[in-house]
Amino acid sequence: MPPSIYTFQRNALSQTDEASRSNKMPRVNSTNWVGQVFLSCLLGFLAPLGTLLPHKALSQVDPVGVERQSSYMLMSPDTKAMQDEPLLNPATFAVLDGQLLWQELAGKKNQSCASCHGDASVSMKGVAASFPKVNAAGQLLNLEGRINECRTQHQAAPAFTFESKPLLALTAFVSNQSKGMPITVERTTANETALASGERLFNQRMGQLNLSCAQCHAERSGQKLAGNPIPQAHPTAYPIYRLEWQAVGSLERRLRNCMAGVRAEPYAFGSNEFLELELFLAWRARAMPLESPGVRP
Amino acid sequence: MSKTSRTIVTMPATAKKGEILEIRIIVQHDMESGFRHTETGQRVPRDIIRDFACTYNGVEVFRVELHPAMGANPLIIFTTVATDTGTLEFKWSGDNGYASSTTSTLTVT
Repeated sequence: MPPSIYTFQRNALSQTDEASRSNKMPRVNSTNWVGQVFLSCLLGFLAPLGTLLPHKALSQVDPVGVERQSSYMLMSPDTKAMQDEPLLNPATFAVLDGQLLWQELAGKKNQSCASCHGDASVSMKGVAASFPKVNAAGQLLNLEGRINECRTQHQAAPAFTFESKPLLALTAFVSNQSKGMPITVERTTANETALASGERLFNQRMGQLNLSCAQCHAERSGQKLAGNPIPQAHPTAYPIYRLEWQAVGSLERRLRNCMAGVRAEPYAFGSNEFLELELFLAWRARAMPLESPGVRP
Repeated sequence: MSKTSRTIVTMPATAKKGEILEIRIIVQHDMESGFRHTETGQRVPRDIIRDFACTYNGVEVFRVELHPAMGANPLIIFTTVATDTGTLEFKWSGDNGYASSTTSTLTVT
């Protein structure tokens, strides 16, 4: 795959969003490397005193625009190759399973996904890039939720359980149709309340370690945690095949990992908190290209 | 009960005589190690692929024995020398009657 898929233009972001963001979180000028080197040396010396310092002194800011980076960029060449080559990517099996499920008649109405949506390579192109989304009933849905809505309403079939193989397979298949396309989640009147809640949750300290998402993934992204680089937490490759899991998993499963990591009680699958957080993360990663299905270490 | 699953073979369709071929082969399998427990403390029984073999025109050229420490969806990359035009057959077998096989043809010039 050409590297261009992981690079993107600053002008792809809407001016207003970026402006409001930079007002809120002024950034250290990245060209001022002398200052940065000095700052990192200073931080190195002061790190043990970190807890004594006021929050502002240590914090960097949330990466925006071209400074955003998919966690693909932090992976080893082997893992990158595994994601890039469909014949080596273990998530390909999920995509192929999803392709079969797409055609499979289900429920009391004896309908398949294809009965209404037809050829997925046409009808589902770019769809995954626009989720999470608020539906006509004003309910916030992620892609998994949307698939289950179709199942219960249009196929009259029981909803798939969260993290079940068929749900992950269909999600992987549908997401794969948007591979390489930019995330199109924008702030709208329909989603602004949920987006604001999601942003609040992202900055909310939680758990016995009393850490927020932002403290690691915005303020300290690129630094190391237990020897591993901290990614910027852009959900560009879900559902992912995580080598640690030995399986395909959703963004919610990944978020539950982080919550358990800070010793917080994870939100339930499909909970409003997760949906709002997912919406905020997708908006934060807007214009970044989807890589689904990704491979992560 | 016999089980099977998807396999993906990546290898060239043609080769020169004497050329070394790289064959990449991945198979869909959860490789349940038998060391895990459910939330209620029940042990999850082992369910893994035990054996993989490749025959080239009926002659075995490669064999692997797999164990519980192997990851899910095992990817095996190996090489062999192109000798004659013919068929390569790949076979997996494992716990609970698991069996998969697939073939690829190779034209040697």
